[in-house]
Amino acid sequence: MNMANGRIERIQKMLEQNMRLLPRGGGTKSALSTPARDEKSLDMAGFSGMIEYIPEEFTFTAYAGTPLSEVVQILYEHGQYLPFDPPLVERGATLGGTVASGLSGSCRYRFGGVRDFILGVRFIDGRGELISAGGKVVKNVAGYDFPKLMVGSLGGLGIMVELSFKVFPRPQAYATWHRSFGSLEEALQIMKRASMAQIPLEALDLQVQNPGFTLWLRIGGLSSVLPFRISRLLEIIGEGHMLEDVDDEQYWDQVREFSWVPAGHSLVKVALTPKSIPALEAYLEGKPILRRYAAGGQAAWIALDDSPRLLDPELKDRGLSGLVIWGPPGFPRLGELRGTSFLRRVKVSLDPAFRFTEV
Amino acid sequence: MEPRPPDAFLNELASIFPAGRLLTRNAELMAYESDALTAYRVRPYAVVIPERQDEVIDAVRVCSKFKIPFVARGSGTGLSGGSLPAADGIVITMNRLNRILKVDAEERTAVVEAGVINLDVSKAAAPYGLYYAPDPSSQPICTIGGNIAFNSGGAHCLKYGTTSNHVLSIKAVLPDGELVQLGCDSLEGSGPDLIGLFVGSEGQLGIALEVTLRLMNRPEAFITVLASYNSLRSAGDTVARVVAAGLLPGAMEIMDRLAIQAAEASVHAGYPPDAAAVLIVELEGDRHQVDAEFNILRQVIETSQAQEIRVAQDENERMRIWKGRKSAFSAVGRLSPDYLVQDGVVPRGRLGEALEEIGQLSLKYGLRVANVFHAGDGNLHPLILFNGRSPGELELAEKLAGDILMMCIRHGGSITGEHGIGVEKRQYLPAMFNQRDIEVMQRLRKAFDPQEIANRGKVFLPA
Repeated sequence: MNMANGRIERIQKMLEQNMRLLPRGGGTKSALSTPARDEKSLDMAGFSGMIEYIPEEFTFTAYAGTPLSEVVQILYEHGQYLPFDPPLVERGATLGGTVASGLSGSCRYRFGGVRDFILGVRFIDGRGELISAGGKVVKNVAGYDFPKLMVGSLGGLGIMVELSFKVFPRPQAYATWHRSFGSLEEALQIMKRASMAQIPLEALDLQVQNPGFTLWLRIGGLSSVLPFRISRLLEIIGEGHMLEDVDDEQYWDQVREFSWVPAGHSLVKVALTPKSIPALEAYLEGKPILRRYAAGGQAAWIALDDSPRLLDPELKDRGLSGLVIWGPPGFPRLGELRGTSFLRRVKVSLDPAFRFTEV
Repeated sequence: MEPRPPDAFLNELASIFPAGRLLTRNAELMAYESDALTAYRVRPYAVVIPERQDEVIDAVRVCSKFKIPFVARGSGTGLSGGSLPAADGIVITMNRLNRILKVDAEERTAVVEAGVINLDVSKAAAPYGLYYAPDPSSQPICTIGGNIAFNSGGAHCLKYGTTSNHVLSIKAVLPDGELVQLGCDSLEGSGPDLIGLFVGSEGQLGIALEVTLRLMNRPEAFITVLASYNSLRSAGDTVARVVAAGLLPGAMEIMDRLAIQAAEASVHAGYPPDAAAVLIVELEGDRHQVDAEFNILRQVIETSQAQEIRVAQDENERMRIWKGRKSAFSAVGRLSPDYLVQDGVVPRGRLGEALEEIGQLSLKYGLRVANVFHAGDGNLHPLILFNGRSPGELELAEKLAGDILMMCIRHGGSITGEHGIGVEKRQYLPAMFNQRDIEVMQRLRKAFDPQEIANRGKVFLPA
């Protein structure tokens, strides 16, 4: 704590000196952690480590700069996991960066995203004050929900110092089915059928192959039950190939790390629903743009060897919003921005002197 | 003399609301003097009954113009006095904004107005094999708008969370009359989670008018187990063991002797009447997984000093078990002229300890306390029984309630898990958060509502 306190005071001093700060965790999301204009990068590496983890409570509190890999490992040793499946674990992403960017991975399909698992936060607001909000227990509605507000705050509403989360028991075993399709229509049809199924899926992703489409369906559960789920899922998707054990693990590790995105490409996340996929595909088809629809079509990951801002008018036209993850610094939000006047009021109250980045 | 609203203000309301939907006579206002926290009563200036969203917006704009406080009210089932009127303010009732605008089975969403009753969403979704997950005990009566204001929970929050985890977008009117649209139809977003902030803000950041809710696939199978114990502590300890076994049930609830007896007398749920505590555990999901989980659960419960274990044999028996649990508050209410319900949370591992402390406090104050709670979440609901007509007894009950809340904080928990701060727990917020933490919440509120007219007097103690 003393270590953190000294560092907190240093940040408070910087804010007093009218510096504009942009926190940087692992630096795995270049578009979000590279300072623009007069912003100064604030290295959060010093705020690292588990503060409190009680496995029986299925909750933990850690410093915001703690690498996800460390958290994942500690939880794994106790048969637990982060159900929101944060991306870029091996590349060095941190808890704070994950919350600030609001990113969850494919397996968020089962139980929810980072917003659904955050319980509490300590952050430094634009006045330099250290604020605690939320709590450490799994259910708590005392006071305004600043912890959730911090999800997707992009460093613009405060500098997160500590975070509390709830976690779940990790499924004993996993398996993955994949099946390729010639047409988008057919792939979406099966995706819909799978999403209505009575077997809970861990992940349901649609990968665009150029040409063709592949559906990836991951299931988990008790080892004794998995074979039943595997065969029931096959009935739903008709046919397919299966990955088990290490192959299954490795596949999703690669998805989590965006191994499919070539070096130097920009990466954009788009929030959407399955209904928007055909219209977006109609625009993207045939262009040198890679994409993957994750979590049952609730998020699209789009990679391109060009300025991500190209997508801005296209998303706007379709009423969709996006976020640049990899790419040049600058305002990272694309497409339709909703609730801007609501957000402006929030920003003014937490960061009146504009010490933090635009959000 | 009773305070009177400015005539010009009432005239403007009268230009929006016809006679019959603008209530000003004392006899008409009485029904709105309190919510389910009946110990508090305040008569408002007036009550308006909008039937359309634009009427709510207009009412808020008139309030803003005249700086008159307002509180939106659904069915008045709140337990923290969250929809208690301000004496110099008005009540905006939301019940008639009760249209279910759309159920989209493919996207698994429902678009509803804020006055729609919680259970009606699940009823509308049922033909598609879908349901709306948050299930407060008052779900046959309470509204989605009220659920949003207080981030309501329920018995089945363990796995899929509370209201906040099921709201995708909100159309709301802010306290100055501005109309905003927050969130989108996707479960994912980009930018700060404004829905997360709005839900649970106790009506102080605006009034939700229309919302998009996420629906879930109705589970294929349920196994509902009722186990009885001769001590509350053994029941509480079993909860920790179920969780430690790696199980994630849909619900884990406990009721103590007093609550069991009350529920039995009221709805004949078939609970063992002599038990000191019953534990209800419900597993849900696909048939194979539920069966396998049941084997694990059975081992845990069989080695847990349970006196009797009963498994619901069909949907009727399952519903009967739940009926007993969900009617517990009103059933306990029959044992006593008045009661206060508390809503503190402790870490699950401290449940047994916390319950023993509540028992000691009950003896110390000489007031009966019934316990009905969401054990899986560590969310306690002690019901403190008292007679409001007996001088000083309400104060005594409130003191006991306060001691319970302070105990929850001492154990690292919270003063409210799902009922909200409202008017009832304002004085305990500073025990959980320091002055700076509270000031930043107040600054946020003032950025939306500099006149502090939206649900004035709640959450924060008046300066």
